[in-house]
Amino acid sequence: MKRVVAIIRPEKLNDVKAALEEKGFFAMTVHEVKGRGAQRGICLQYRGKQIKVDMIPKVEIEMIIGDGDVQTVIDTIKLNARTGKFGDGKIFVSPVEMVVGIRTDDEIIS
Amino acid sequence: MAIDTGDTAFIIVCTALVMLMTPGVGLFYGGMVRKKNVISMIAMSFIAFAIVSIQWVLLGYTLSFGTDISGFIGGLDHIGLNGVSLDGEGIPDMLFMVFQLVFAGVTLAILTSGVAERIKLSSFIVLGLLWTTLVYDPLAHWSWGGGWAHSLGALDFAGGTVVHISSGFGALALALVIGNRMDYGKYSMEAENITTTLLGGALLWFGWFAFNAGSALSANGTAVNALVTTNISAAAGAITWMLAAWAKGKPSSLGMISGAVAGLVAITPGCGFVSPMSAILIGGVAGLLCYNALLFRVRRGLDESLDAWAIHGMGGLWGAIATGIFASAAIGGVDGLVNGNVSQFLVQILDAFVAVAYAFGMTYLLAKAVDKVMGLRVTEEEEYVGLDISQHGESTTA
Repeated sequence: MKRVVAIIRPEKLNDVKAALEEKGFFAMTVHEVKGRGAQRGICLQYRGKQIKVDMIPKVEIEMIIGDGDVQTVIDTIKLNARTGKFGDGKIFVSPVEMVVGIRTDDEIIS
Repeated sequence: MAIDTGDTAFIIVCTALVMLMTPGVGLFYGGMVRKKNVISMIAMSFIAFAIVSIQWVLLGYTLSFGTDISGFIGGLDHIGLNGVSLDGEGIPDMLFMVFQLVFAGVTLAILTSGVAERIKLSSFIVLGLLWTTLVYDPLAHWSWGGGWAHSLGALDFAGGTVVHISSGFGALALALVIGNRMDYGKYSMEAENITTTLLGGALLWFGWFAFNAGSALSANGTAVNALVTTNISAAAGAITWMLAAWAKGKPSSLGMISGAVAGLVAITPGCGFVSPMSAILIGGVAGLLCYNALLFRVRRGLDESLDAWAIHGMGGLWGAIATGIFASAAIGGVDGLVNGNVSQFLVQILDAFVAVAYAFGMTYLLAKAVDKVMGLRVTEEEEYVGLDISQHGESTTA
């Protein structure tokens, strides 16, 4: 199993959520986060002064999925979260050792 | 007639309560925008109040209430409060001046609806000063300062044309000039904090008692009638809007409070002229009419962001006409259509539609001019980051 963490633009969340749902991926955890990427935030010119806004609000989607679904999920997120401008976000994939269902007592060890 | 201490005490208190409506508008609007623009929205109301406070004592009061020039505008005889004394008939002239000042302030605050989340603060200040001088002041003169509508006998007890038609149709013109918010219609732009909006709406309802009752300028029976009709109309508007929204889905609290404001707007011109039973009809119709105006605006894809046009513009238009329908001589000394006075009804229609045309046309021209000279709108990047940071260097979270 894999853990997919995607950091995307907040205004793209609904599109991404709907597209994932269409492909059968419902389970997810969503966090509101703030951060900066390689371009170091956004630089504004205001009356000759520079204002640096480096902690930009983003949304983080966290999903635990089977190994075979990784590419589909990544492609779906990429397609729906992209605007083509700086700040579209990143996707991280990492292995998951175990998942335990709290109600069902199910233990899945990957 | 000498100064009446009771009347004076009453109007001083009313002035203070009406002032609270301006930050009330700020909170009402602030809750409806996205998190990154809350400060900007609330601040614009405060800024509107501050700049109008100075404009009014220097120029606005005399343009509105100075000696009439051709029915259009007041002369400069009271410039810089020249000749505005602490004596007067019933209440001091100075108190009348400041009671009118708080009206002008809240009107400019309402106008911010049309440019929410995308106007440059500097441009808003320049536009606001021009607007209050060239739109609000002439309208106040027409209705209350001895202008043409006043001479024709048009009834506007507390500002249906002056405050609500002017700001509502002005906001529509501004929205057309500045354009829709970036990605409007593409992404959801749901209200950020309904609690804040409900608090702002509550402050409006509360302050409106003073707005309407105080417009009697005396602690008398007319003021009581205004107070009673105001509350009834607000309640009726809240209920009809909520029911209409309920029929289509859920009875949202945002719809309920919007309906209350629609009822408050609609009763404003007639509160001293109509009976409490008429107020139920006026407010009830306002709730339905303004809700449908909002749906119409949304269908047209027009981003008059916080619905000043649907609520204040259309509510004010209906209220001005309704005054001509329901006015009763037994209450305010003038009859309307239901009591057989057709001419009053026609005068109300004329007054309302001239106000609509003037407010819309003049605001459109002023917005175009400011846009050409200094640009109305922030850059795309500033809009994305939000006006709290880009215009004020502040954010709600730090």
